[in-house]
Amino acid sequence: MSSTTPTAPSVAPKPGTRTIRIRVKRCEGPGKPERWEEFTLQVSAGDGTNVIAALQRIAAKPVTVEGKNTIPVAWDSGCLEEVCGACTMVVNGKVRQSCSALMDTIAPNEGDVVTLEPMSKFPVIRDLVVDRSRVFHNLKRVKAWVPVDGTYDLGAGPKESPETQETRYVLSTCMSCGCCLEACPQFTKQENPETWDSAFLGAHAISQARLFNMHGTGKQLEKERLEALAGPGGVDDCGNAQNCVKVCPKRIPLTESIGAMGRAVTIHAVKKLFTLR
Amino acid sequence: MAVTGAQKRVIVVGGGLAGLAGTVRLVESGLKVDLFSVVPVKRSHSVCAQGGINACNEVARQQGYSEYEHFDETIYGGDFLADQHPVLEMANWAPKIIDLLDRMGVPFNRTSEGYRDLRLFGGSLFKRTHFAGATTGQQLLYAMDEQVRRHEAAGDVTKYEHWEFLSPIIHDGRCVGIVAQDIRTMQIRAFRAEAVVMATGGCGLIYGKSTNSVMCNGAAAARCYREGAYYANAEMIQVHPTAIPGADKLRLMSESARGEGGRVWVPAIKRADGTWGPHPRSGQDPKSIPDNERYYFLEEKYPKYGNIVPRDIATREIFDICVNQGMGVGNQNQVYLDLTHRDKDYLQRKLEGILEIYEKFVGEDPYTTPMRIFPAVHYSMGGLWTKFVKGTYNPPKPLPKHVSGKRAPINAEVGQGMAYGDPANAMTNIDGLYAFGEVNFAYHGANRLGANALLSCIFDGLFCGVGVANYVRDGAPSKAPSKDLPQGAYDGAVERETARMKKLISAVDLGKAADEATNPYVIGRELGVEMTEACTVVRTGPRLEQCLQRLGDLRARYNRLTLADAGGWTNQSLSYARALGDMLDLSDAVARGALERKESRGAHYRPDYKDRNDAEFMKTTLARRESDGSAHVEFIPIDASLVEPTARTYGKKDDSKPAPTPPTPGSTGVPSRPVPTTVGSGV
Repeated sequence: MSSTTPTAPSVAPKPGTRTIRIRVKRCEGPGKPERWEEFTLQVSAGDGTNVIAALQRIAAKPVTVEGKNTIPVAWDSGCLEEVCGACTMVVNGKVRQSCSALMDTIAPNEGDVVTLEPMSKFPVIRDLVVDRSRVFHNLKRVKAWVPVDGTYDLGAGPKESPETQETRYVLSTCMSCGCCLEACPQFTKQENPETWDSAFLGAHAISQARLFNMHGTGKQLEKERLEALAGPGGVDDCGNAQNCVKVCPKRIPLTESIGAMGRAVTIHAVKKLFTLR
Repeated sequence: MAVTGAQKRVIVVGGGLAGLAGTVRLVESGLKVDLFSVVPVKRSHSVCAQGGINACNEVARQQGYSEYEHFDETIYGGDFLADQHPVLEMANWAPKIIDLLDRMGVPFNRTSEGYRDLRLFGGSLFKRTHFAGATTGQQLLYAMDEQVRRHEAAGDVTKYEHWEFLSPIIHDGRCVGIVAQDIRTMQIRAFRAEAVVMATGGCGLIYGKSTNSVMCNGAAAARCYREGAYYANAEMIQVHPTAIPGADKLRLMSESARGEGGRVWVPAIKRADGTWGPHPRSGQDPKSIPDNERYYFLEEKYPKYGNIVPRDIATREIFDICVNQGMGVGNQNQVYLDLTHRDKDYLQRKLEGILEIYEKFVGEDPYTTPMRIFPAVHYSMGGLWTKFVKGTYNPPKPLPKHVSGKRAPINAEVGQGMAYGDPANAMTNIDGLYAFGEVNFAYHGANRLGANALLSCIFDGLFCGVGVANYVRDGAPSKAPSKDLPQGAYDGAVERETARMKKLISAVDLGKAADEATNPYVIGRELGVEMTEACTVVRTGPRLEQCLQRLGDLRARYNRLTLADAGGWTNQSLSYARALGDMLDLSDAVARGALERKESRGAHYRPDYKDRNDAEFMKTTLARRESDGSAHVEFIPIDASLVEPTARTYGKKDDSKPAPTPPTPGSTGVPSRPVPTTVGSGV
């Protein structure tokens, strides 16, 4: 378990309200042109306004900075506490969950601008909403599950040391948000689902393969997972840019996972070589 | 075990823990499942559950605990409102469910020897809560999500993610499918099924801000209610004592913080007569307040349970301290939840997930500074009314309350509480329409105990899922499969939903987008404020009557609302506006139930009727929707054949209930102090 905790964001102690500007990259649907729209918003220090609250306020009064009535912005959200991954977008050029993007931190001064863009590695559905089906599809490629014999009562699972549990727990907090994919130079946008199976899996899926290979019963599919990681779009496609680990909101040691799986794939390949008939 | 034809299909609506557990069980019974969800199922609200999942375990058992005591605690915790047999069965299944989750790879925290670790939780004196850090719900959901993905890869589950449930299709009194809309393409279509399982969670969004996720608006349940399903115990809304106020939602601070030693206090000065009064430096650096000027009011009033009294009690006490006694920290609606006396390493291992949330959203370090928290709307004990069939344990008369740690009168054999595999279990009053998880009103009575929600979700999926499979095999679908039913039944339902949508779309007027009187988001915000003021911690007759009248006003405005988006593509304004009508229906059921229930029980506190009244109200509140959207409420008897009701005091020293002042009816919809703005209210 990580021993580092983030330092508290410095909340601007500025009294009174301030006006900030929200610039949103808009797009009415796939193939439609993109355009920017700007809104102004009054916020005050310590009021807890985040990107979601800002979008909610804009939806209730969808008027641009030019005074033009417009259509409310479309966006994705869910839990609003950074455990579901839904509200991921690019905020001021950085991919993150927008629910935890507090205005006091990202736009502390009068006139500050906040830009909101959809993730660029996935097809845009509308405005800030993207289609991340491929993230879940890639979990199938690495068989990210424990192959239990059904749900009948067969007693407890394997015993586990606290150390292994702590390692697995961190890996298991991956919410499939896609931050690591947005930041990865090797992971490119694939509009056509037919190319998904040969395109790069991405850090999250590699890390999930490691998670399940660590489990007593999950191990039974180890070889199949390593085959998937050895194939096209597998662990070899990682360019070692190490951006993934920097943007992961759950601080999952993704590069460690990639390293571990890279070694496992090599060992698996060598073993295979010596068992060839 | 049911084995059914491979082509028979069941629809599950909702991909949280209950929906996914049900899906897995149905697939294992040989059925194909079509799984509908407005969000990718992995992002369902179950991820927000933090503290853990209760079950009798070997350590507690050897200390005298039993499944039966878990059952008894749940009934007592729910203030004797729940039907008792289903609760018994659920408690009996709990250890099996933990084992199953363990096999599925849930990273439960471990002891040094490698066994599953346990923590203390509200309403129990035994450690019986299993946990994975402080994100147990997320970890359980992921385990089920992984199993469903496995079945999806094998072709047994078809996911319809980003599809919104619009209506059940009822033909000859039986549910034979659903109408749903793809919320990207906006296509509306009908789906045939032999049975439909609703697993759509709670309705916190009717309160505007709550601890719930944005999709927890209750619309799916309300649409079944509109089509004739009964809605039960609507007024039983849990207000969680500890949440972090926020601009867009109120973020949960898990009960596990108290289970792991967190202490609730306010700065206060002890008077000569032993009572406490406001502290002059309250709100300043909490570390500067000496221990004898800290009022640990829960520990003082409830020496036996201390900080882990059940939620409704802790909530009322915190409310009382802040609103009536003016002793909130800095005279605001907040109290301290203090973990700073615990070792940081220990806290990181057990609670990092939730402490991180506090740090991120408040900007203060909870390891060194006490957290500031206040109650927030959290869980709906009520939901769609469902049936059950009693099991084999039927004592000649109800037993007295179980003495903690004493030998249980029965063992935990399967089928003593509910008849295993019976198709009627968890079925609504409409044949073939089931309700699992939070949307099922069963189990939690008038107050849910912490860490029992995850349990009830999985229990419904596993236990009641078998009944659904048996219904498909032996019930009406075996004689008249949905594929043989007339197309007209399905087309008609699609036409009705299309007409509803067209009516809303015809209200698009970009020029009036900013008109607050008819903007759906503004109406929704005002609904939240109204419900928060009238229907949370303290409820009075006059205020509830005023609330019902205001709901009528809001409905009138809703009927002439204007949308700002006519788009035929990913039209979120349309989805929101449609759901708002359903939220108004449910709000009416909540307020009317609260008005008619002239007693105080669990989460429902009426200062004008302070006592529990078993003779008249130890009954289920049953709401049926009238054609104008208002609720018709009646009370029906419950099954209380296992345990005698007793006074629910949790060993309180002074037996008088805290008596928060009722909010006086105001003249506007804007909350007037001292009504807590942080219990809920609009965005």
